[in-house]
Amino acid sequence: MRLVEEFEAGLAAPICITWELTYACNLACVHCLSSSGRRDPRELTTAEAKAVISELERMQVFYVNVGGGEPTVRRDFWELLDHAAAHNVGVKFSTNGSRIDAAAAARLAASDYVDVQVSIDGATAAVNDAVRGPGSFDTALGALERLAAAGFERPKISVVVTRQNAGQLDAFKAIADRYGAQLRITRLRPSGRGADVWDDLHPTAEQQRSLYMWLLEHGEEVLTGDSFFHLSAYGEALPGLNLCGAGRVVCLIDPVGDVYACPFAIHQEFLAGNVREPRGFEGVWRDSELFARLRAPRSGGACESCGHYDACRGGCMAAKFFTGLPLDGPDPECALGHGERLLAARGAEVAIPAPAVDHSRVRPPARPPAKVCDENPLADFLARA
Amino acid sequence: MSAEVDLGGRWRLHPQVALRPERFGALAYHFGSRRLSFLKSRRLLDVVEGLEAAPDPIAACRAAGVPEAELPSYRRALATLAETEMIVRI
Ligand code: SF4
Ligand code: SF4
Repeated sequence: MRLVEEFEAGLAAPICITWELTYACNLACVHCLSSSGRRDPRELTTAEAKAVISELERMQVFYVNVGGGEPTVRRDFWELLDHAAAHNVGVKFSTNGSRIDAAAAARLAASDYVDVQVSIDGATAAVNDAVRGPGSFDTALGALERLAAAGFERPKISVVVTRQNAGQLDAFKAIADRYGAQLRITRLRPSGRGADVWDDLHPTAEQQRSLYMWLLEHGEEVLTGDSFFHLSAYGEALPGLNLCGAGRVVCLIDPVGDVYACPFAIHQEFLAGNVREPRGFEGVWRDSELFARLRAPRSGGACESCGHYDACRGGCMAAKFFTGLPLDGPDPECALGHGERLLAARGAEVAIPAPAVDHSRVRPPARPPAKVCDENPLADFLARA
Repeated sequence: MSAEVDLGGRWRLHPQVALRPERFGALAYHFGSRRLSFLKSRRLLDVVEGLEAAPDPIAACRAAGVPEAELPSYRRALATLAETEMIVRI
């Protein structure tokens, strides 16, 4: 069996696990994949979180991607970080930077087991703040400055590629170089609040192609979390595993302990169980029916006859699901344009699954209709940008 | 590049590397360089685990039952692990 097939059949423990520590966040990014804002009263307690860390240690999950919400707003954040390090679980955490003061930066610089990822979604304040909120660009750069001053080596700058910032890739790279950081760029998916803005924010076909060319050129220096494998269909395959890892090598533990197949798939359909169950996280990972189904051989549907199927494999399951496309067909951003055609042909009767979990502080009362959306939910922001 | 690694003498797993057995072989994670590698067969896992007790890596291969014909490919795999410091000289 090829390695990729082994991965598709699932591993003894995840390789890439995301753990959202809290739904609380002081920002309200329009594209937030977890629809974060308010804390959930059912969030895991410190003791429960430590029990999860013990399980991860036992399962030899070597590192976790910690996020939220804004993970640093949890009062026991530092305690959990130290606990993970003491138990051989490395932490890579994503932050908006707002709570990385000089003391926090020094503390992070002193730890061997922690990686920090500061998010910006524009290389200029105008583009960034339109999505992440006023002042968030300066906040993020301030955090990077303090990390550099404290001697923290090679933090990451995490960027979600959008229609508005797709032309700024070189500028992002320059910012990363300026702070001694490594650039990480990932794909915008129609998950969480991202579903509300995806139509307006996701890169155009033209931009996707330029992005692909840029990745070919900079692949070595830039991290992508393997999120652009669907672009391989533009030419040669991009480096990486080139598969949808949901429930196979990837999963999410959300703040209340729910285990989903992927951080971009917070929906009942992809809920495998909860770490509070007697079987624990390990039992959910090993035995859940959902994960067994995701690990079983699947048909590529309409994609199977495509010459790029080997590298693209039909793209991202979550992107298809939250745009109402069949899971065994092309990605909405299929490089050959099949996704776009399907989206255009999508009838009004197609129900777009809404996220089951929403902790947004403010949210538009109704989701915009799936197809022709006259009202641009970003109109206010775009006018200012 | 790999051809130049001299695999003579005693070797062992880097003290900061952890191995996680998987159906296909194992994952190897280096906590220092944060590098993840794949050992693509169970037998390679046996070889790596047997390094420390063997006088040299080739002897470890033989002890793990690697057939003569496959020795070159195991030598290449070990050289790659040496380059990324997943295994180190004792
Ligand atoms: S659903 Fe999409 S984001 Fe999640 S693992 Fe699959 S390809 Fe990646
Ligand atoms: S048709 Fe399917 S496999 Fe081919 S490029 Fe499009 S999404 Fe990928």
